[in-house]
Formats: sequence, structure tokens, C-alpha cells
Amino acid sequence: MALPPKRLRTVALVGAFSLALAACGGGGTTAGGVTGDVDCADYEKYGDLSGESITVYTGIVTPEDKPHIDSYKPFEQCTGASVRYEGDKSFEAQVLVRAQAGNPPDLAIIPQPGLLTQLVGTGKAVAAPDEVAANVDEFWGEDWKGYGTVDGTFYAAPLGASMKSLVWYSPAEFEEKGIEIPTTLDELKEVSDELAEGGRKPWCAGISSGEATGWPITDWHEDFMLRTSDAETYDKWVDHEIPFNGPESAAALDAAGEYLKNDKYVNGGLGDVRSIATTTFQDGGLPILEGNCSLHRQASFYASNWPEGTEVSEDGDVFAFYLPGKTADEKPVLGGGEFLLAFNDRPAVQAFQIYLSSDTWANNKAEASPNGGWVSANKGLDVDKLVSPIDRLAAETFQDEGAVFRFDGSDQMPGAIGSNEYWKQATNWITGQDTKTTVDAIERAWPKS
Amino acid sequence: MSATDKFLRMGLAVAMFLAVVGVILFVASRFRGRSAERWVALTFLLPTGLLVAIGLIYPGLRTIYQSFLDAGGNSFVGLANYATIFTDSGQLTVLRNTVLWVVLTPFVATAIGLLYAILIDKARMEALAKALIFLPMAISFVGASIIWKFVYEFRPDQPGVNQIGLLNQILVSLGGSPRQWLLDEPWNTLFLIVVMIWIQAGFAMTVLSAAIKAVPEDIVEAARLDGVKRLGMFRYVTLPTIAPAVIVVLTTIGIATLKVFDIVRTMTGGQFNTSVVANEFYSQSFRSANQGLGAALATLLFLLVIPIVAYNVRQLRSTEAR
Repeated sequence: MALPPKRLRTVALVGAFSLALAACGGGGTTAGGVTGDVDCADYEKYGDLSGESITVYTGIVTPEDKPHIDSYKPFEQCTGASVRYEGDKSFEAQVLVRAQAGNPPDLAIIPQPGLLTQLVGTGKAVAAPDEVAANVDEFWGEDWKGYGTVDGTFYAAPLGASMKSLVWYSPAEFEEKGIEIPTTLDELKEVSDELAEGGRKPWCAGISSGEATGWPITDWHEDFMLRTSDAETYDKWVDHEIPFNGPESAAALDAAGEYLKNDKYVNGGLGDVRSIATTTFQDGGLPILEGNCSLHRQASFYASNWPEGTEVSEDGDVFAFYLPGKTADEKPVLGGGEFLLAFNDRPAVQAFQIYLSSDTWANNKAEASPNGGWVSANKGLDVDKLVSPIDRLAAETFQDEGAVFRFDGSDQMPGAIGSNEYWKQATNWITGQDTKTTVDAIERAWPKS
Repeated sequence: MSATDKFLRMGLAVAMFLAVVGVILFVASRFRGRSAERWVALTFLLPTGLLVAIGLIYPGLRTIYQSFLDAGGNSFVGLANYATIFTDSGQLTVLRNTVLWVVLTPFVATAIGLLYAILIDKARMEALAKALIFLPMAISFVGASIIWKFVYEFRPDQPGVNQIGLLNQILVSLGGSPRQWLLDEPWNTLFLIVVMIWIQAGFAMTVLSAAIKAVPEDIVEAARLDGVKRLGMFRYVTLPTIAPAVIVVLTTIGIATLKVFDIVRTMTGGQFNTSVVANEFYSQSFRSANQGLGAALATLLFLLVIPIVAYNVRQLRSTEAR
């Protein structure tokens, strides 16, 4: 091959532009579920914010974003501020990148306290104003405030919450077979054995969730940690004051294994124990509808996973009962939630922050969610405004004085554990790895600092 | 921002780009005299060099620097991250998988492509046969992974349940029981490698087919007069002539394989011990928030690619020099 002669030629330029136009989520003008005229008297304290624009960055995408956007409308109407809502599926990785690069949004909705700590660590987050702290003191209380606090400074008020200690079942099947809803762990075992008679698999489960595969097992483990030990031990375990591979943790995982790794119990309609690893968590509970299994442990948000037309209520097609404690009197509740973190302390941003931490917003949000699927642990929330029975069950549990609430443990652990090694090892555990190897591997991966 | 605003901004960006290009062309056209050529070349190189420095060299150096820092990027830890890669059992699995990928994919894909190119050479309907094997090239890695996920899909072996995965359906039709293909290591990695081979074999076939057609007719004629038969023709004439093309194909697929990320992430998410270096780099950097280890993995990937790229460039140069 000969090289072309050295000669300068006229350069013809063909510009090829690939333009990626980011689809913009917010900015819609249609009226949402918040109906009627808004009484602006409640919003006067925020002042006139005309022309102000507030950006909210979140992992909550369509269709769950609509109730959020709608619930902002009264605030926008009365103060003149406009809120730009930006939903992003890869929010959890991107929000860190944006904070580190110095391009954070005004506000971010953070689903994990662990991520909150990391974001505060970037030095770009700002502490919550006093009014927000006062609202949290009034409507949530000490435990929830703690989850939004990093190194003694209060940053983020909780927004929504989900209840994880739930077991989904078919009310009709229970009635037909004369089964009472279990009120202790022993009773749950008895019910499982009763259902398993004749070779039927009573439980169904699925943990596949792309790269997050394994997370539902961490919920099982945490729920049993609260039940085989106590809340104080649980806190120490989450904060790594006791090792991850200590006897309490191993016992809790074994207790979960009595259900999940029990050939007699799983995996109804889906295969053997190992099929749990490849069944998506969304599909995990569906065999209940086909009558292939009876019990499925999953959080309150699973309500939206049932196919359209499924009646979710106490005498409907499916409903959930509280995953019982060791005794009928103990009532540990595992849950999750989102927090609102600010990266900017402009008055308009702070006003919006105060609005979102108020009982006014919680009730607006409930009204803006005509299909349910949203709960808050805000004590100012009027439970009657929630349309879905499962949301009401969760809200009542959150407001129950006797319940001992604990936040999802893996969400509070460092990212290296909570969103990587714990999931990975839990997945290995369900496909055959023993408990000791599993907890030892997670302990070894704990960041040293 | 409204749609109109976005279009305005876009238009502005395009206008600015054209303006910059115009300025460069104008400056380049002003040079006269003996050393004009050199100056013109420099004028064109400068913006490119600047952008490469900003977009490639700076981040590259920064990544190398970060690989010596701890998870948060705060304090210096020396070679600790590299030590982790070569001692931690999880990371060693990642290395083992990467080796499997890099050893198997280029050779198998090239072998299949070569065999196919020879078999269909001058056959009837050659174009159609080529198009068939080339088609997977046009599918994105993620798309291909989703297709193959269905091939490996598992449904339990019980009455009333139908297999939807091709492989398990074949197994069931032959009287076997369905298997979970992507669950057991190291076989699951092999099943993922199949996807890459499926994509790359078409590329190998295209390049090698062109090389085979470029084998000079007189050499073939001479060999035939000397009594060389089919297999001998391939061994002593075709293969030595197309050797440079084979090496280019091998190294190109090798580089693509080292970087493989989409297939692993889409099909298993790196679970069941199937992670490879590129996927592990992503999950350490963005999920585990371990910047140091992530950067070290990226640097390792970079180091592994260099020899292949260098060899590839040398090979290309020697081909052109002929």
C-alpha cells in the first residue's frame, strides 16, 4: 500500500451532530389530584417567591413522580415559586458525581441514610433550617430525626416511608382453610408447616433486581435480626459496633434461612430454592394469585406490583399482615424512607424545605396520590386521607405507640457493604453458600477507617 | 427549560462550533512561505490536542493518581488498592473471569469467522450467508444480552409451566430437566462469553473474507500448478497471506473483550461470580463508593490494553510499509 502524496488539500467538513435532548420531566401545567381552590393563608409565611426557581433531583421517576409534582402545586400557586422536578433512574450514582463536581441540585430526595452521609461528606450539603428541625421534632420524633443527622448536625427531614415487616397472603385462602393470622414467630412457623402438608410450597420469593440482586434477602435478615435479638443489638450491628459476623447476625440469617432455604417451604410455583436468585423481586409474590403459594414477605410498596384489577384489601384478592415478633407483645417494625437534602440555602429553597417537612404537605401528598402507594411516618398525616388499605395499615403501624421502628440496616451501612457486598454475598447464600462464609465475607469487606 | 429554550441553546452551540472551525480554517489559510505546511498542520492539531488533553490525558492521569488514594479519595494509601485486586478472593474471581474472557473470545470468534469466511467463499448466495452472520454486529451489546437472556431463561420443571428459554426448551424436548444456566460458576461466564462471540464472529468474518479475496490470483495459480490441494492451499498460501488481517482481528476483538461491561451488567449484574474488571470498576466506583479501588481497576484495565494496542499499531504499520 502506497502512502498518498504529501499535499495539502482543501478540507471538507462534514459535521455530524448527535444531539441528545434530555427529556424534561417537570413543567407540566395540567391540574393534578389536589383539587379545589387552595387556601393560601397557610402559605403566607413563606412570603412572595415570584420568579424563584427550585430544582429537585430524585430517583423517583414516572409514574410515581406525578403525585410528587402535583403535591408541589399549592406551594407554587401561593408563593409564585416554580419547582423543577428531575427524575433520574441512576440517581444514586449521579447525585454523588454531581455533588463532587460542584453541580448539585438545590434539593435531592435521598432514599438511604448511608448515601446521605456520603453526600454530607462531600462538603456541598447544607444543614436544615431550624423550622425544619422543629417540624421533625413535632411530627416524627427522635428516631427519624437521627436518620437525617450526620455527626450531630441535622440535615434532612424525612418525606415518605415504607413498611417492610409485612407478609402478603390471600385472605380468601386463609378463610377457606381456616387459618388464623399468626401473631408470633412460632405461629408463623406452624402456619407454614400446615400449608406445606401434602408437598405444597407455602412461600414464594424472588430477589433478582439487576445489579442490586440480593437486596430482598437483606430485608429478611434485618427483620429477623430485630426479632431474634433486640433493637439495641440491631443498632450496634448496623453501626458496626458489633461485628457483622457475630453470633447474633449469624443466628438471624439462619432464622431467615429456615424459611428461604427450606426445600419444603420454597419456592411455590417458581422452582427450587435456587430459583429465588433468578426470580425478579417484582414477580416474587405473583404465584399467590395463581394459588401456587400462600405467603410472600415484601414491603408495603409491593402493593403496586399486583396486576391491574387485583383487589388489595382485607377481604380482597391479596392483603398483608404484620410479620409477627417473637411474642405477641413485641412489635418491631422494619421500614425505609426518603429524606430531603439541600445543597443551597437560598430563602426560596429553605421555604420549600419547610413546606415539605410540614403536615400540610404530607396531607397534600396523600390527596395527590389517588391510587395510593405512598405513606409517611408524619404524625400530622390524616390516615383517613390514604385511599389504599395497605397504606393505612402501614401508617397506623408507624403511628402506633407500641411499635419499635428501625430503619433498613443495609441502607445505613457504608456503600461498599449496603449496596454491594451484602447483596452479592446474600445472593451467593441463596445459591448454596453457607451462613458462616457469607457473614465472614461481608465482615471482611467492611471499609477500614 | 422549555423546548424552545433548548433549541435556542442547541442552535447557539452549533453556531459557536462552526465559528470556531471557521476561525481555524481562516488562520490556516493565512500561512505562506516555506514552512507553511508545518504551521497549517500545527493549527489543525492544536484544538484536537487541547481537547484530547482535557478529555483524555488529564482524566487519565487523575485516575492513576486516584488509584493510590483511599475509598473517599482523601489520604494516600500507596499500592494498597492494587494489593487488594491481587489478594482479595472476590477480586481474584474478577481477574479469573477476565482472563477467561480475553483468552477465549478473540480466538473462538476469529476461528469461527475464518472458518465461515472460507466455507462461503465463492459459494452460491455468498452475500446472504455473510449478511446472516454479520447481523448480530448491528445489535448493541445490551440488546444482544437481552436476547440471550431469553435463550438462557429458566422456568421450573412442573406441570402447567412452559419453558420460554430456547436452551431449556431444547433440553426438555430431549427429555432432560431445565437448568439455571447463569447460576453456576465458572460455566456461567462461558455462557456470557458465547454472547460476545456471537456478536464478534461477524466482524471477524467480514474482515477475513475481504482478506481472502485479496489473495493474489497468480500465487494461488502457481500453488495449484505445484499440486497443492485444498487443505494445503489454506495452510501454505491463504493463511500466511492473510496473517496480518487475522492478527488485526484478534487484537481488535481482544481489546473489545477487555472492556466488556454491558453484557455482564445486563445479564447477571456481576452476580453469581461473573464480574469482570470493567464491571467491577463501575460497581466499586459508583455503588461501593470506593473511588480508590475503582481507579486502580481502571488503571489495570488501561495497562492491560496497552500491549495489545501497541502490537496492533505495529502490525498495521508493517502492513502499510509493504
